[in-house]
Amino acid sequence: MSTPYAKLPAWADYGLIPLINLIVAFAVAGLVVLLVGENPLRAAGLMLEGAFGSGRNIAYTLYYSTSFIFTGLAVAVAFHGGLFNIGGEGQAYIGGLGVGLVCLTFDSILPWWLTFPLAILGAAAVGAGWAFIPAYLQAKRGSHIVITTIMFNFIAASLMVYLLVGPLKPANSMAPQTRNFLEGGQLPKLNWLIELFGGTVRSSPFNLSFLLALLCAFLVWLLIWRTRLGYEIRTQGHSPKAARYAGIGETRIIIITMMISGALAGMMALNPVMGDQGRLQLDFVTGAGFVGIAAALMGRSHPAGIVPAAILFGMLYQGGAELAFEMPNISRDMIVIIQGLVILFAGALENMFRPAAQSLFASISPRSMGVAASRSGGA
Amino acid sequence: MDFFNTLIVVLDSTVRLSIPLLFACLAGLYSERAGVFDIGLEGKMLAAAFASASVAAVTGSAWLALGAAVLISVFFALVHGFASITHRGNQIVSGVALNFIAAGTTVILGQAWFQQGGRTPSLGAEARFNAITLPFAEAARDIPVIGFVYYELLSGHSILVYVAFFMVFATWWILFRTRFGLRLRAVGENPAAVDTAGISVAWLRYRAVICTGILCGFAGTYLALAQNAGFVKDMTAGKGYIALAALIFAKWRPVPAMFACLLFGFLDALAIRLQGTPLPMVGRVPAQFFQALPYILTVILLAGFIGKAIPPRAGGVPYVKER
Repeated sequence: MSTPYAKLPAWADYGLIPLINLIVAFAVAGLVVLLVGENPLRAAGLMLEGAFGSGRNIAYTLYYSTSFIFTGLAVAVAFHGGLFNIGGEGQAYIGGLGVGLVCLTFDSILPWWLTFPLAILGAAAVGAGWAFIPAYLQAKRGSHIVITTIMFNFIAASLMVYLLVGPLKPANSMAPQTRNFLEGGQLPKLNWLIELFGGTVRSSPFNLSFLLALLCAFLVWLLIWRTRLGYEIRTQGHSPKAARYAGIGETRIIIITMMISGALAGMMALNPVMGDQGRLQLDFVTGAGFVGIAAALMGRSHPAGIVPAAILFGMLYQGGAELAFEMPNISRDMIVIIQGLVILFAGALENMFRPAAQSLFASISPRSMGVAASRSGGA
Repeated sequence: MDFFNTLIVVLDSTVRLSIPLLFACLAGLYSERAGVFDIGLEGKMLAAAFASASVAAVTGSAWLALGAAVLISVFFALVHGFASITHRGNQIVSGVALNFIAAGTTVILGQAWFQQGGRTPSLGAEARFNAITLPFAEAARDIPVIGFVYYELLSGHSILVYVAFFMVFATWWILFRTRFGLRLRAVGENPAAVDTAGISVAWLRYRAVICTGILCGFAGTYLALAQNAGFVKDMTAGKGYIALAALIFAKWRPVPAMFACLLFGFLDALAIRLQGTPLPMVGRVPAQFFQALPYILTVILLAGFIGKAIPPRAGGVPYVKER
């Protein structure tokens, strides 16, 4: 996609414009709150209180954020390769199968610190495998990756329902879920991390996979900006023609990019399945794959932007749950609206305020507009 | 005879189940033929279903409800147009965003207005689109085969069903027999040529997305006022995406779109019918397999194994006038 707009200074491009977009998104969300007959400012206050008010709340916020870091990174890696992986939801769901199978097999014989690496491998491999088919079809048969990955979300959902009401369900149980994992299939909690900073946490699902998510964020940065493969991915994303001219194999890059993306999405399953519920159950992804799109767009596809964006959404999830107690009219679906508005204003309408910002900058300091920086990220 | 009766009953429910798909699929046809990808069909349908159910609950008029549904759906379509035509944003991103906004807003407003956990109040017969019995259907009922088909399959649907089938031919006529249709198809293939001819690309595309909005309004109304008696959270349940799949399956043509929607509706009806009963030769097929079948078929089609689906050439690309 060519951008016909002139360039802004980098700090405005990466800081100011996203901030304006975010503020507008929240302002519109505030209108919805008004429409429901509640005070938006009070709602925002309650939400912040619910997200950060106590050690336990912070732990919950970070638990949700963990999932969004994984899926945000997944979407971002694909963005860099010029691909829109909308199938993070399905890849994460299927990734749960990898985690579940590893835990069910090894939880009685291995300690958690041996099951964990195996589960990481399982989740990543299954997630990557689920992304491989759309990637292959895009690279070799020219089918549109957006449509195929959407279809694979639905296929994944059907497959998981089939497995959880059938083969994976213990014979004597009615609920569509696997048996509970033993000690060897459960991740240790990270509550001590928050207590280190003075908070008190009695119980929370905040677990070790948070650190894995941060590690992945670092590795994604390393991959995209510091390796030859990352350079090839970015070249492919900027200009497939240039990539072809430079002898970069299009098929190879599409497939590898999507598999990395799928692996990251698949690893998201570690957090709820192994870290919290201790069993594989229906619909454990609860939209995290889609939140990843919002997080990646807001974070401008850079890990340093995605982690805070994921924490913001974690805050909305946790704060929104607490808010629902105080204002029964505002359920967690409010977050879905905010998520949609963020995607709309930070993604589809990202250029709406650009002309205004540009003329403003041009009138203040014409010189800063002269030097063209590199093209902005995003889809 | 027993088999025949079962078949007709399954076909009857096929028709019912494929109507929302058909409206949404034709809706997508206008937008995508004009070069604006729309994965927000799902969201528009959901918003329209909610609008129609709410208005029907308050006013008791099905026609007012239809009007409200069309208005809301057109509003969503215009936002999509504003993002993707005026601001040249990413059309996929915009569609995804609108789907979320619709999914969240319908539940929040539904809960705030009606206090029934995100549903709207159950509607009485007078506020819905009810089945119409075609002339002589009762009388013809006892005539073997033809009379039964007439009574069970052709008669006894709501007016929206007949509108949907009429729209298939209307859409074909508009696209292939009118000046507007020719230009609409041209703007999806080669907008620069349309621009050179002195026709506004943006205005043409806006009109296309408005058509999309209107038809999605019908789809949502059918769901809420004909198939069900009110709005339930997430009641579209992926139908917008199946409609999109049907559109690709039909290679962006109206009449094949109808057959694709009927096929997907048939799979759905079959899955309901066959729940738990074993099939000859294959044994018991899990219901989830039938649910996944439309998606699997679409993937196979997209991969080019059943003919090749070539999208409109300018699809998904915002038009930039001056280079």
